[in-house]
Amino acid sequence: MKPKVAFFEFTSCEGCQLTVLDTLQRHPELLEVIEIVQFREAMSERGEDYQIAFIEGSCTRPSDEAKIREIREQAQIVVALGACAHLGGINAIRNRMPLEQTREYVYGDKKDWFETYPARPLSAVIEVDAVIPGCPIDRKEFATAVTHLLQGRKPAIPDYPLCIDCKLTENVCMFLRGQTCLGPVTRAGCEAICPAQGQGCEGCRGLIPSPNMHSIKQALREHGMTEDQIAAKLSLFLTYQTMQLEGVTPA
Amino acid sequence: MTTLKVDVHHVTRVEGHGNIVVDVQNGVLKQCDLQIVETPRFFEAMLRGRPYLDASHLTSRICGICAVGHATASLRATEQALGVTPSPQTTLLRKLNFHGEILDSHILHIYMLVAPDYLGVGSVIPLAQSAPDVVLRALRMKQLAGDLCAAICGRHTHPISMTVGGFTHFPSLETLRELRARLVASRADCDATIELLAGLDFPRFERDTEYVALHKGEEYCFIDGVIDSSDGGRWDLEDYRLITNETIVPHSSAKHTRHQRDSYMVGALARFNINHDKLHPRARAAAEALGLAPKVINPYLIAAAQAVEVVHCTEDAILLIDQLLEMGIRHEEPAAPTRLTGEGVGAAEVPRGTLFHHYQIEDGAIVGANCVIPTGQNLANIELDMRALVPTILDRSQEDITLALEMLVRAYDPCISCSTHMLNVRFV
Repeated sequence: MKPKVAFFEFTSCEGCQLTVLDTLQRHPELLEVIEIVQFREAMSERGEDYQIAFIEGSCTRPSDEAKIREIREQAQIVVALGACAHLGGINAIRNRMPLEQTREYVYGDKKDWFETYPARPLSAVIEVDAVIPGCPIDRKEFATAVTHLLQGRKPAIPDYPLCIDCKLTENVCMFLRGQTCLGPVTRAGCEAICPAQGQGCEGCRGLIPSPNMHSIKQALREHGMTEDQIAAKLSLFLTYQTMQLEGVTPA
Repeated sequence: MTTLKVDVHHVTRVEGHGNIVVDVQNGVLKQCDLQIVETPRFFEAMLRGRPYLDASHLTSRICGICAVGHATASLRATEQALGVTPSPQTTLLRKLNFHGEILDSHILHIYMLVAPDYLGVGSVIPLAQSAPDVVLRALRMKQLAGDLCAAICGRHTHPISMTVGGFTHFPSLETLRELRARLVASRADCDATIELLAGLDFPRFERDTEYVALHKGEEYCFIDGVIDSSDGGRWDLEDYRLITNETIVPHSSAKHTRHQRDSYMVGALARFNINHDKLHPRARAAAEALGLAPKVINPYLIAAAQAVEVVHCTEDAILLIDQLLEMGIRHEEPAAPTRLTGEGVGAAEVPRGTLFHHYQIEDGAIVGANCVIPTGQNLANIELDMRALVPTILDRSQEDITLALEMLVRAYDPCISCSTHMLNVRFV
């Protein structure tokens, strides 16, 4: 029996599921070892009997929690797919802003027409068994993760910083190029794709265990960044994690 | 008298969450809504206070499908605000990159989201068994499009190396030559795509509306230009609010737009209707083979117009690569801002239609942002199509009516999670 797999999405751009489609089209052999029973973006069939659930997106409104718990109850394995599910992602940027102001800026006097609350990762709502990090996820890492899950293992993700990937890729350090980068505190595993393209790491794969935040801020300061710029850089993908580190609760 | 209730909870094979709700009582259409139930995303609020260089990276996360389109419109808005003039090479690379995204998105829509309906299956997966050549062709074309984007901007889903004023990484001439060879080889796949669509039995439903698209000289325009309407009139990008002027209507859960009529259409069919004479000759021939001549007023034919654009973008990408090969690729620094305070509007024809980004920047930080996305502009038009369609098909089975409505919504290729600017209301 092939394991039955379902895909779900909450607040996100669905880019990670598109990356899944892209992975499946490059590795059609994966479709021979799993059975996809639900994938709203790609198919009309809808099966509720699944063992593995991949969830993209963060939880940004109370009414989504019930569905997330329902998936948790059905699935033996729940995998958080991508930065929104894993870290709250960019959706959490607004967690540092007063919620009412955010609502009013976009929706004016109709701000109460919709439901929202501070963005949170899946792990803040349910127990998550495994994570595939990134914004978007890395194709190869997804394919490897599926293989690991089929072998009854948790997908292994690196716990060392991106700088290791960067060295292996033989990139020149962004700091030596006069630019800035969050590589020293960010989880590796993406083959340092952004530095390889001439852009500093934005931290989309999340912080490594025990990151030295003091030191990275100092390095950014020494490279000419203002406190506001540093705060912006550390909040693109890392708002939820840095607020947790600081013990700050969302506005 | 007919009584009908349709309630499609989360339309499948579209990007994002939407519901179709139709209520006909005793032959009278009481309700006919495309409800948008996606969570609010607040991008405009999240942009405030951020350094201008972050804007394209942040807004590319509005959408996984049109990430290059959002980044491009965002960069153009920032460049207009800060007085940045990109080099001719940057402009060529952006256009080439943009074609990659149009190709990727259109192939996805035509083959994976739309074709299953016409071939009587629920997804592309069973087609891999019954029509492997069709699926393999789609995969081949999609991979080429994805590889094209990756070569220019590092990655299709959320581009990396596109930045204000230019690029931070450049493709090698060898990469461009390889891409060119693959694009030339894909002409056969383009022809087969046109043949496939020529064989589909598109529903015969027509409703004339206003068609809106960007227009620029002799180009089949995707980036910059002015706003053009099939009902007449041209407007500068800075005046986009005169066209999009968003309104709230009681029967809809999302902000709607209207211009010279009750609704207007943006997207491949609108572009075709407005810029048809600027298509590459091979694309014009493809349109002829599909029996398309402006003005086409059957919304189900959006997929056919997309196929014509697939031919056009493939041909134009070859021409752009030829220009780049002739010029050679220079590793140039991005053009620098001439000021750090200003206001600008950027626009692009993303796969689903005209996209506007509008920023106010002060001392290098964004202080105001407005993004108007194509799906939001199409919503009113989709609903008016549904309202016109339902009474004409009431004699069919509930199942057939539901499918016809789903296919209509799907024809527009709505990108609901782009809902930066949509209201979310729960009906009781």
